Amino acid sequence: MIKSIVITLVNLLFINSLIAQSKIYGTVKGNKNKNLIAASITIVGTYDGTITDSLGKYKITTYEKGQFTVEVKCLGYKTTTQPLYLDNKNVEINFILKEEINELSAVTVTAGSFEAGDKKRTATVLTALDVYTTGGANGDITSAIKTLPGTQQVGEQEGLFVRGGAGYETKQMIDGLVVNNPFFSGAPDIATRGRFSPSLFKGNVFSTGGYSALYGQALSSVLLLESIDMPERSEASASITSVFAGAGFQHLAKNKKSSIGINYGYTNLQPYFSVVKQKQTFSIFPTYQNVEANFRIKTKRNGMIKFYSSFSDGKMGLRTIDIDSVTLKNQFELRNNNWYNIITYKENLGKGWKLNTGISFSTNTDKINNKVIDNNNQPTITGKIYIDSKNFILRTKQELTVLRAVAEKRIKGISVVRFGTEYWFANNEYSFNGFKTNFKDRFTSLFAEADIYLTNNLAFKAGSRFENSSLINKNNISPRLSLAYKLGNKGQMSVAYGTFFQKPELDQIMQYNNTVINTGFNKATHYLINYIKNTSLQTFRVEAFYKKYNNLIKTFPDTTVNGNGYAKGFEIFWRDKKTIKFIDYWISYSYLDTKRDFLNYPSTLQPSFATPHTLSIVTKTFILKWKTGFNLTYNFATGRPYYNIVYNNNLSKYEILDEGKTIDYHNLGFSLNYLPNLGKKNAKTFIVLVASVTNVLNSNQIYSYRYSYNNLNKVAVTPTAKQFYFIGCFLSWGVDKTQDAINNNL
Amino acid sequence: MKKIILCLTLFISTSIIAQSDKFNAAMSSSIKEYEAAKTAEENIAIAQKFIRIAEAEKTEWLPYYYAATIKAKMSIMGIGGDKDEVADEAQSLIDKAEALSKNNCEILVIKSMIATAKMIVDPQNRYMEFGTLINKYLAEAKKADANNPRPYILESSNLVNTPEQYGGGCNAAKPIAQKAMELFNSFKPASEIHPNWGKEMVEQILKNCK
Repeated sequence: MIKSIVITLVNLLFINSLIAQSKIYGTVKGNKNKNLIAASITIVGTYDGTITDSLGKYKITTYEKGQFTVEVKCLGYKTTTQPLYLDNKNVEINFILKEEINELSAVTVTAGSFEAGDKKRTATVLTALDVYTTGGANGDITSAIKTLPGTQQVGEQEGLFVRGGAGYETKQMIDGLVVNNPFFSGAPDIATRGRFSPSLFKGNVFSTGGYSALYGQALSSVLLLESIDMPERSEASASITSVFAGAGFQHLAKNKKSSIGINYGYTNLQPYFSVVKQKQTFSIFPTYQNVEANFRIKTKRNGMIKFYSSFSDGKMGLRTIDIDSVTLKNQFELRNNNWYNIITYKENLGKGWKLNTGISFSTNTDKINNKVIDNNNQPTITGKIYIDSKNFILRTKQELTVLRAVAEKRIKGISVVRFGTEYWFANNEYSFNGFKTNFKDRFTSLFAEADIYLTNNLAFKAGSRFENSSLINKNNISPRLSLAYKLGNKGQMSVAYGTFFQKPELDQIMQYNNTVINTGFNKATHYLINYIKNTSLQTFRVEAFYKKYNNLIKTFPDTTVNGNGYAKGFEIFWRDKKTIKFIDYWISYSYLDTKRDFLNYPSTLQPSFATPHTLSIVTKTFILKWKTGFNLTYNFATGRPYYNIVYNNNLSKYEILDEGKTIDYHNLGFSLNYLPNLGKKNAKTFIVLVASVTNVLNSNQIYSYRYSYNNLNKVAVTPTAKQFYFIGCFLSWGVDKTQDAINNNL
Repeated sequence: MKKIILCLTLFISTSIIAQSDKFNAAMSSSIKEYEAAKTAEENIAIAQKFIRIAEAEKTEWLPYYYAATIKAKMSIMGIGGDKDEVADEAQSLIDKAEALSKNNCEILVIKSMIATAKMIVDPQNRYMEFGTLINKYLAEAKKADANNPRPYILESSNLVNTPEQYGGGCNAAKPIAQKAMELFNSFKPASEIHPNWGKEMVEQILKNCK
């Protein structure tokens, strides 16, 4: 009897539970009625739920009864919930999810800029490792950047010549603060290396135009270098190479909240130049000494204070055949001192506020002693003014103090506004054969911009900048605007517009009675449009641009700023780490059409630093078996124009006496790096051996031509030697105890 | 009165048993489903099921553990979306598991697996960062439970995939795989829903490295 009751009860319960089944079904859609696939639907607090199918449909069967909440989640959309009473019935619930704007899925405004570094994964183009492993770049940031589109292969002057702009129209900023002398001082017609090692920076953004209102005083382009935060561990390092030797130590505190470091480097080219002959002879072989110090402190609120200081002292003296006399020689001797200091402080102030501030101070002194000498290297006087005027002593001192503060506030979603101010104080002293001039400039700027995300697919950046320079006594206001639209499938389109101003270079300024007479800001207006498709291993980018120049400075006898010009063109970039196994390569092609009337140009001309076609192919591979990386870079550029522009006293104007075009430029650079201890457990020393050579094919490279005073002698400007060889050994010793402990456990 | 108390106790304990039975039943069936899952869709669906169980239970690390394991394997196989994004999902799930169970050998093994998934996306640029993490988590896992075979399984599998010049290859992997097998033979999972995977992996390594 009892048994049967129990059976009945159990049956009843069982049947009851069968009957007590609810079915919930429906669809999940996003905006524009888009079906959302693999959205998850959960009855909160239970195990019941499902994901949507390829049509955005779902169906859940549940035995639960009572009051519940249904929750729908989908990446890129706001989570939605809805109350639901489960009562053995079938219910249809359709959901429409609102898009959630987040950094992962939102479009990025990228017109005109290349971001390098891991800050924004999808935009990574060049990392510090990339700079070191670009064949022929010899670990120089600028040389590696020259393999990106928009740049010219100019070898006779330092700097980045971007889209028809001169080298000084590109500015380098470290953590937002402009750097006055980013390159080593050198002799005329020889490009020098950058002062800063790639390993100082965690990433860089190379903007080829249309850049943010946060930066100014660069007509063409900015290279934004972002310094590294805490080092990963304490480390001692040393290097010995064919041209320099160095040693350093970096200490990371145990709590990883602070670090301190010091480096010393000594460069001497005498051994190298004794083996590899250069076209010049040397009265003083180039030697440099460099001391660097840094510290970093993490603040309580995850902010950071960073300090970096670098002092260098260098000298060189070289003799070349004097262009005007042929029998005599020109001796150029230089002594350079440079001291650069920067301290920055960034902090999270809470409530969406961030603060970035910094102060930098730099002083650079060049003492140039130029002489005309005879065969016995003795100074001579010829009585010809155009030769004797080359006996001079020039001393220049350039000091720059920069103060900068930028505040950032996160507004709705991921949209942000930024505003800030900058103050530069520049003091420049010149002494030419004892004749002294002095320029002081107090430069102030105020700027503000907003990044507004309307949807995940549409964003814009709008900003404006006000600047005032006391030296030229002028103001300017430059608006900037860029817009980005995501096309789906990892592709996006951007457009940008902006006006850009730059003070004339000091050697272009004319002063009369201590008042600058040819005053005004040079002006460029940029318009650009681009398409980017990015995956973690491939990047495709195409960009077209148009630039208009106004108010370019003219030089004597024209004292106006009425120069003008244009630049237009397009560029293609393709980087691929995927298609060919173990090979990472990129190809950049730039087309440029530009003309300008500035300085002493008698009319509108294609500048001598611009050519229509530039191509770079960079390939890298690392063969694990040999622990060796091989890097090959090919740069090609069509010939550049050159002019002999001479002042005609009778007509009181400049005219072109001769002009032409240089031969095409080819440079195949190769480097290899061998890491013998790679992957060795318990290896105490990490070793990198590097060997590299530029211009493997030994091609003739002619950058331009120089003319003698009488216009009869024409001399090609070429590299100091056809090829540059480098071998080096870099060592580092990690002194991280936890790392040792882990290794010992394995 | 006594009877009532007894009844109440019985009632409460049955409902507790019922609750944990429900969890165990759901976990066992989900684990079976997971072992049978092949396509990206099946894997996404089963990972989501583990997440639902995890979110309903709130205190159990196992469902998060399985969800993270599925996502880590999906990233390594390159199914169900961008490798990086799937690995990041795995990371956030294993972080939730770790918040519920600290110093857990099984969880540390999955953290190492996720570091592998992140590294192989771009080994040249990520070796320094993730290569260190892979070994760090394995060392921590061994320390957390010296008798668990899975840190050794992962280590021997990593070694098989490392060229000989770098201290990898069969010669290096074989003793570790043998040790893993030894541990396996004496390893008893805490329950039938606790992790017990990897035996076929070791067998395969031992077979290939004869």
